Amino acid sequence: MHILKILFKNAFRHKLRTGLTILSITIAILAFGLLRTVIGAWYAGVEASSAYRLVTRNAVSIIFSLPLSYKEKIRQVDGVATVSYGNWFGGIYIDEKNFFANFAVDAKTYFDLYKEYAINDAEKAAFLRDRKSFVAGRKLASRFGWKIGDTVVLKGTIFPGNWEFVMRGIYRGKEPNTDETVFVFHWDYLNETLKKNASTRADQVGFYMIGIKDPSQAVRVTHDIDGLFRNSFAETLTETEKAFTLGFVAMSDTIITAIRLVSFVVIIIILAVVANTVAMSVRERTNEYAVFKTLGFGGWRIAGLIFGESLVITLMGCAFGVAATFPAAAAFGKAMGAYFPVFSVEMETVWLDAAFSLIVGLLAAIVPTYRSLRISIADGLRMVE
Amino acid sequence: MGSSAIVSIENLFKSYHRGDQVIPVLQDITFDIAEGEFLALMGPSGSGKSTLLNLIAGIDQPDSGSITIGGVDVTALSETELAKWRAINVGFIFQFYNLIPVLTAFENVELPLLLTPLAKAQRREHVEMALRVVGLADRMDHYPGQLSGGQEQRVAIARAIVTDPTILVADEPTGDLDRKSAEEIMDLMDRLNEESMKTIIMVTHDPRAAKKAHVIRHLDKGILNNAHSQDTL
Ligand SMILES: Nc1ncnc2c1ncn2[C@@H]1O[C@H](COP(=O)(O)OP(=O)(O)OP(=O)(O)O)[C@@H](O)[C@H]1O
Ligand SMILES: [Mg+2]
Repeated sequence: MHILKILFKNAFRHKLRTGLTILSITIAILAFGLLRTVIGAWYAGVEASSAYRLVTRNAVSIIFSLPLSYKEKIRQVDGVATVSYGNWFGGIYIDEKNFFANFAVDAKTYFDLYKEYAINDAEKAAFLRDRKSFVAGRKLASRFGWKIGDTVVLKGTIFPGNWEFVMRGIYRGKEPNTDETVFVFHWDYLNETLKKNASTRADQVGFYMIGIKDPSQAVRVTHDIDGLFRNSFAETLTETEKAFTLGFVAMSDTIITAIRLVSFVVIIIILAVVANTVAMSVRERTNEYAVFKTLGFGGWRIAGLIFGESLVITLMGCAFGVAATFPAAAAFGKAMGAYFPVFSVEMETVWLDAAFSLIVGLLAAIVPTYRSLRISIADGLRMVE
Repeated sequence: MGSSAIVSIENLFKSYHRGDQVIPVLQDITFDIAEGEFLALMGPSGSGKSTLLNLIAGIDQPDSGSITIGGVDVTALSETELAKWRAINVGFIFQFYNLIPVLTAFENVELPLLLTPLAKAQRREHVEMALRVVGLADRMDHYPGQLSGGQEQRVAIARAIVTDPTILVADEPTGDLDRKSAEEIMDLMDRLNEESMKTIIMVTHDPRAAKKAHVIRHLDKGILNNAHSQDTL
């Protein structure tokens, strides 16, 4: 017989009580894991952003554009390697609920700058040749079952009209956190159409995407760029890609703080539940611990029995919770794929699950252990339930 | 008899405190127990029998005085040392058997061996031997709830002897049993004393049980009366 066997047998003396305790830990771990995964998904864009890229936009607001003529001036700035640009197109595919990000981009430079979007040379060449073509991320293409050569119509919101595109390529993410749901087409196509229909809006870009040679120079480069256009009619605001992306998600900071707070409250409640279960079990068995002591089990061993039992309960709950988190997150991610391009359980979440369970298991055992060690053997033996 | 003393108790005092109140329980107890002796401690309820037995078994500490067992003054040991000492030297038999209900007879008897360096196979050998001695080799896999009171007490005795301790202490081992089971238990204790030369110290209210002992000592209000030898029995 192994001590572990005693721990399990002790833990499951009250099957219902222990079962319910384990169930509550499982649910807590699952909830914690999903919440963390949602937060992670929310910030996935920030995580995936590159330190080698800056974004320049209109200093007043992202909704105002910048002249195309800035391109050459930005290219002159020391430390700048590549200058690309684009517009948020905001087109709708059939129905609003089919939301995905779609951009008009400078086709020639875009894939050089976004190296994490892997596209094969043949498809890239086909894309460059065809001004009315587009490239989609792997997940986006599979979501709507698009094949190379398919025609896709987007209904313009910012740029009215029905816009027809032909798919010439599919890109894949090089990193696990790369967004594979983006739709990009030729900025030139957009611009030429605008020249015909709405000439005042032509030759304007929504933002510049700038590749820099050395991330440690990023701050200086942003200042240099913004300095070029100070006091002009369209002042610029240049930020690192990370800061730029963060600007979009940071609005929900309070929500995220609230979610975090809820996670910790859940942990504290679970601690109370486990502590109560362990305390009840140990109290009921005061007499047995006295017998163990009589047999020569010292303080450390008694503590080991109680801590061990507490850990058996919490770690089982943790194991079930972690096991449930993956399929639950997968189902959740599938349902919410449009809003969360990257939705996967991080390894860090699993470690945190384990760490919290361990801490709860240990904390819950402290008071019962202290109590059962303090009571003398003679007193313990007298306690017959 | 005439063999040397294995237990030597000198000027033992023990009192309990209840609030400000001091309740003297044992007062100036001095006596020896010879190796291989079978001693019965008798006396009215509340006279301090269990208290004395617990002191001898090293699960309680006296106010003053000494208890020397096999050459070791157990009153001088720390709690940790005492736990180690008990594991090797004392086999304890309780009135209510005190088996662990979720462990089988085998596992209950194996418990004290978990504190020894014995390997699994050796432990099995010892456990089986102990259960054979008490006549329950065929009940190894039964849980306490599946055994009669007498059988439970025999398992408890197997647990007490499995480490081959220096002394066996029993606090009213037949107190919860019917007469027939009580007799079986007393026969078993007698055999352990006769055949395995175990030193046994037993608290009992039952004169029939006490008859098996060689020596009977009476405690009254914490004071020990002279021993009567029962060698004639
Ligand atoms: N932990 C304790 N606190 C206070 N008083 C105690 C404690 N343990 C025992 N006593 C008292 O000490 C006295 C002796 O108790 P003990 O259990 O040794 O008696 P006993 O002779 O074994 O009695 P019984 O035959 O009923 O088992 C009793 O008056 C009892 O109430
Ligand atoms: Mg008693």
